[in-house]
Amino acid sequence: MAGAKEIRTKIASVKSTQKITSAMEMVAASKMRKAQDRMEATRPYAEKMRQVIGHVALANPEYKHPFMHAREVKRVGYIIVSSDRGLCGGLNSNLFRRLLRDIQELDAAGIEVEYCTIGTKALGFFRRVGGKVAAQATHLGDAPHIDDLVGTVKVMLDAYDNGEIDEIRIAYNEFVNTMTQRPTVAQLVPLAEGEDAAELKHHWDYIYEPGAKEVLDGLLTRYVESLVYQAVVENSACEQSARMVAMKSATDNAGDVIKELQLIYNKARQAAITQEISEIVSGAAAVAS
Amino acid sequence: MTIHVDIVSAEGQMFSGQGEMIYAPAAMGEIGIAPRHAPLVTQLKPGEVRVDPGDGKPHEHFYVSGGMIEVQPFKVTILADTGIRAADLDEAAAQEAKRRAEDALANRSADMDLAKAQVELSEAMAQLRAIERLRKTR
Repeated sequence: MAGAKEIRTKIASVKSTQKITSAMEMVAASKMRKAQDRMEATRPYAEKMRQVIGHVALANPEYKHPFMHAREVKRVGYIIVSSDRGLCGGLNSNLFRRLLRDIQELDAAGIEVEYCTIGTKALGFFRRVGGKVAAQATHLGDAPHIDDLVGTVKVMLDAYDNGEIDEIRIAYNEFVNTMTQRPTVAQLVPLAEGEDAAELKHHWDYIYEPGAKEVLDGLLTRYVESLVYQAVVENSACEQSARMVAMKSATDNAGDVIKELQLIYNKARQAAITQEISEIVSGAAAVAS
Repeated sequence: MTIHVDIVSAEGQMFSGQGEMIYAPAAMGEIGIAPRHAPLVTQLKPGEVRVDPGDGKPHEHFYVSGGMIEVQPFKVTILADTGIRAADLDEAAAQEAKRRAEDALANRSADMDLAKAQVELSEAMAQLRAIERLRKTR
């Protein structure tokens, strides 16, 4: 009965792995729903903010905030949103690959790059391959809080204000649906203008307290923060759904492995029984003769 | 006559409805907003926002830790912060984020090794592809 015991132990170990992966799948599924709700909840704020900024910019065309003014690009800052944990398929690798393509293009054009990372996976990546990381934030948890991002975003905005970087881009995974996450790189600052120009026909002249500049400063900083926060929340919904899919396929794989092992085990057991019977029979024959 | 009020924070909508009067802690003192108020944009201090829905119904109370308020004649939008904001607090948070990056990446080269990054990512992708193939052949 060669190896039957080993096979039994192996089956038991694969079974316990399967239990873990299927539990992780279920946990990810419930977390994904929550993350999706959170994603929905961030929309009204960003929308309202966009409206208010549109109104202020229209009522006040003579003052142009630096965030709304494009300039020649010599250095680009990237805010990279990644997950804190692994076991989520190719989510982070796909994002880094998309990013790398961008960086290579900039590199070819002689434009320098610096980074600001969110999540341990991005930090780990840059720790291995090098690169100028100006700021980082990790361990935001399943329910990220916008306050945890204020510092990181400010580092980049300050660098933009001081002219150290001329453009800020954000890289994150866009949530298309449960099965699809799309690695995305989008421009944050300067803000892409347009769209709202025709929306407001009669515009008010606002009263600003304390002044137009302070008000617009406060608004735009919060707007950029809310966009980064949205990206973080969206990325976390992506992480959970990617993990759910990865764990589902791991559970299925484990099932296949168990089936195969069970077959091998049954064969081995059958062979042992057959051998035993033939030994008994030949033994009995020897005694009878 | 009523005025429409929206109170939103980055993490969700807090209130949306009609009110006869809205009280908010503006940066330069508390303001009361009635319908047909002049257009106004200002910053908020940490404090309480009250909405009087009229008809003798009880007031709705909300705590905001700062934010922005936009007033149009028949519409008020309050963009509430979720935490206390101040220039020096924000600055401290920024310094903290920088320090974290320096700590985490101490004695790493500042130049990104593109070739190395490419190798690493192709390894990860190859692993994933191998898993895919394994599933298909089985």
